[in-house]
Amino acid sequence: MQLSLGPLQYLWPRQQVFDFYEQMLDLPVDVIYLGETVCSKRRELKTGDWLDLAANLARKGKEVVLSTLALIEAESELKTLRRICRTEGFLVEANDLAAVEQLASQGVPFVCGHSINIYNTHSLAFLIRQGARRWVMPVELSAATLSDILQELAGQQLQVETEVFSHGYLPLAYSARCMTARYHQLPKDNCQFICREYPRGLPARSQEGEPLFTMNGIQTQSGAIYNLLDQVPRMRALGVNLVRLSPAPSGMEEIIRSFDAARRGEPVQVEVGEPTCNGYWFAEPGMIFKSGTSL
Amino acid sequence: MELVCPAGSFPALKVAVDEGADAVYIGFRDNTNARHFAGLNFSGDQLHQAIGHAQDRGVKVFVAINTYPQPRGWKNWQNAVDQAADLGVDALICADMGVLEYASRRHPGVSLHLSVQGSATNYEALRFYQRHFNIRRAVLPRVLSIQQVAQVAAQSPVDLEVFGFGSLCIMAEGRCMLSSYVTDQSPNTGGACSPAQHVRWQETPQGLESRLNGVLVDRYPTGAKAGYPVLCKGRFDVQGQVYHAIEEPTSLNTLELIPKLAEIGIKAIKIEGRQRSPAYVQQVVRVWRQALDQFRTTPGSFEPKPRWQQALDKVSEGAQTTLGAYHRPWQ
Repeated sequence: MQLSLGPLQYLWPRQQVFDFYEQMLDLPVDVIYLGETVCSKRRELKTGDWLDLAANLARKGKEVVLSTLALIEAESELKTLRRICRTEGFLVEANDLAAVEQLASQGVPFVCGHSINIYNTHSLAFLIRQGARRWVMPVELSAATLSDILQELAGQQLQVETEVFSHGYLPLAYSARCMTARYHQLPKDNCQFICREYPRGLPARSQEGEPLFTMNGIQTQSGAIYNLLDQVPRMRALGVNLVRLSPAPSGMEEIIRSFDAARRGEPVQVEVGEPTCNGYWFAEPGMIFKSGTSL
Repeated sequence: MELVCPAGSFPALKVAVDEGADAVYIGFRDNTNARHFAGLNFSGDQLHQAIGHAQDRGVKVFVAINTYPQPRGWKNWQNAVDQAADLGVDALICADMGVLEYASRRHPGVSLHLSVQGSATNYEALRFYQRHFNIRRAVLPRVLSIQQVAQVAAQSPVDLEVFGFGSLCIMAEGRCMLSSYVTDQSPNTGGACSPAQHVRWQETPQGLESRLNGVLVDRYPTGAKAGYPVLCKGRFDVQGQVYHAIEEPTSLNTLELIPKLAEIGIKAIKIEGRQRSPAYVQQVVRVWRQALDQFRTTPGSFEPKPRWQQALDKVSEGAQTTLGAYHRPWQ
């Protein structure tokens, strides 16, 4: 089983981004997804900077995948997308069908990210025939559905790697509106990159103080951290190839080391010091946390 | 431009037809469509009757099979496609790639429309659906500005339908899981956003509370107008400030955009609201029919009439309307 580091969801200052990935070189993550997937206005790193970083990390032994924007609304965004899809030497993660269209037309293999809606074997088989080499399961699907899909697929002689989003705030929705700018009463087209103030998003709680969502620009994330650490053995049994961890501004080394221990078969326990959830995996409301003993 | 109207029930379908819909869209009484609420939609027999009623009067019928089947439910979606195709519908509205592939191979003579749940916001994505599934039309998500809609329309390989009126999704449709995060169902998986069985209303000393699976979505002072608790329109606490953190309850209304939409080549206007009453459908379809007719006869001097706006305001969520994402400043 490989450990992957998903694309950075937040806007961090340029140097922080470089420092973060520099740190990853010494940690047991095998695959690193790089690029802006949330908001095309963010420019701490331009596309060229991401490509340079990709080349650098690849040279130092990491498998690098170029990740792409999830919500594509403008011609300028399609232009960036085409540039990334034409870059040679890297696998590309498609997060919108515009990317699948580009990559499949060129006949190159690709990764389907979790915002490509693959809910059944028919859709997955179809995309494999278009060139999908790996898919990241949509985050609201359960282990039971994954098991059904992989069993059905096994009967069809189609090969694909399966990746599961396993740690971090869950990406739940994408909007035309920017919720972070809205909080600051800034118009989106003069947002002043205010989301840079929130390196792990801006928490929204219910009026009773319950953590509900994390606002990250145009993306809405879960208010609790999705954590499948103690499900790594089950993922292995199901045939999951990659366990995805989502970049966090602090504590990343510890997260990676705990998942690395889990994949080596060491006993692990989910720490629930901060709001934690795993409901989707058990076909329950996503916000729920089922503790190890109830499994 | 074609006027495509919602019909969550036979009475709603009848008034939509009577008031001048060019097409109605309906769904089966199960989770194969994205308005799966108790008491709504059509059984197979009712669907047969509904199609007859509309088509006899020159009105097209589109059937929405626009949720995402998981392996254990796959056969229901397949059956829904077969049944609707056999009944002679004018189009199927689908989102899932597996369902689209099945429908296009099995029923090549039936028009396929890409549902808004298919989440195609650009012409490259539309090309993908067109190339592989031969879709004839796509419904655009409500996240694009009018300039962006124009850009998509200029290069789209298929006809485009846009939302003209109704409740406003502010997330890209087909990619919103707020509902399943709190309940166990999203539009994609269960065919419902904020499924009714999880909704609770409670009078408390602090006011009327709306809850979704126990989570407090909003609290209304006595006498204030309360809205259905969808999470994106809840009032939440962000660093001590309590407000509509994602969006205010409001309806989309684009009457004034009719000339612009026609100019950029939009082929159809969709009215949202299969979950709404026949009275809503009557009111909204009547106004939109008049507006589109007026635009057709006097395109140069079209202007929405105040009485149209008043009639629509009465049936709007939150009793206020917006141009939504079409209007740049909203973004």
